[in-house]
Amino acid sequence: MVDLAFLLVTFFMLTATPTEDTAVVVDTPSSISEKSLPDKGVLTITIDKDKRVFFSSDSQPVKLKALETVGAKYGQSFSDKEKKQFSLLPDFGLEAQQIKGFVNLPAEQRKAFKQPGIPTDSLNNQLAEWVMAARSANISVLNTAPYIAIKGDGLADVPTVKKVIKILQEKNLNRFYLVTDLETKPVASN
Amino acid sequence: MAEIQQKDSGGGKGGKKRAKKMSTKIDMTPMVDLAFLLLTFFMLTTTFAKPKVMQISMPVKPKPEDEQQELKASDAFTVLLGENNKLYYYEGLVSEKPQLQLSSYSADGIRQVLVNRRARRPSTVVLIKAADKANYKNMVDILDEMTITGQQKYALVDITKDDENLITTSGL
Repeated sequence: MVDLAFLLVTFFMLTATPTEDTAVVVDTPSSISEKSLPDKGVLTITIDKDKRVFFSSDSQPVKLKALETVGAKYGQSFSDKEKKQFSLLPDFGLEAQQIKGFVNLPAEQRKAFKQPGIPTDSLNNQLAEWVMAARSANISVLNTAPYIAIKGDGLADVPTVKKVIKILQEKNLNRFYLVTDLETKPVASN
Repeated sequence: MAEIQQKDSGGGKGGKKRAKKMSTKIDMTPMVDLAFLLLTFFMLTTTFAKPKVMQISMPVKPKPEDEQQELKASDAFTVLLGENNKLYYYEGLVSEKPQLQLSSYSADGIRQVLVNRRARRPSTVVLIKAADKANYKNMVDILDEMTITGQQKYALVDITKDDENLITTSGL
């Protein structure tokens, strides 16, 4: 029995991918789709029920490069330490001008900080900048175009989701994934 | 081995000189406790189920020189996603003052309607129009219904004023 217990411990330790401590928790709706999210090269756009938009990449070098590109665009420069700290964030929903201040906060204050979401309006469309910067970073780091996943809360409102889709379409990104939970497949009867 | 045995048998009564025999059994309870603690911890923190994804492809931005094909009214089937998880549908185009029907996301709601409609007209194109007050779950649900019923041609379209008026005047 003890052997078995240790076997299981080892198994779980090796297979565990600890749940990331993301800035926002969303409850995704369920669908019958059985396709899994790819392991690598995914850019996730999270939309929560308060219309906030968050962005993340699963690769640290991609985040780092994207930060440099977007930072340069908005006249923000970052030290190596700040960049490193930023690339460790699981996701973020900040204006480019806020990032510097945010990464310099101590960890517990950072957690308590309510992130406002990335601006998506047409005058200040930072989401598009992030997507394009992360996309080209992804291509140069991993040699593939990233998959773009939209992870929306079930209660997120349609205008925000549509706006995000529109932003992607404007950048000619027409194929993307909607992240959902699994639901058993019902039978369509006649 | 043989040597030792010989020595042993020849030694006679040498047992007294030996140190007191220690018990070879170790108390394993704390270790097992720890093992189970770790086991529980990892079992609870692991996210096994990788999230599933639904792939959608939006149409490419139309170029001005592209010829657009007009949708035939007889092929059009519009699903309107309203507030409070309400779902409406009508056949044909909005300009022809169609009869709006109320339906639901349940298995015998819109799914039956879609299956019946396709049995009548296999060339049906479903237009999905989400009102601003609908939520994202409704959108995913209706896209899911497309997969379940095997509807090949469908499109996410912006809702128009006419559609909204249709909902308010119908009083459903």
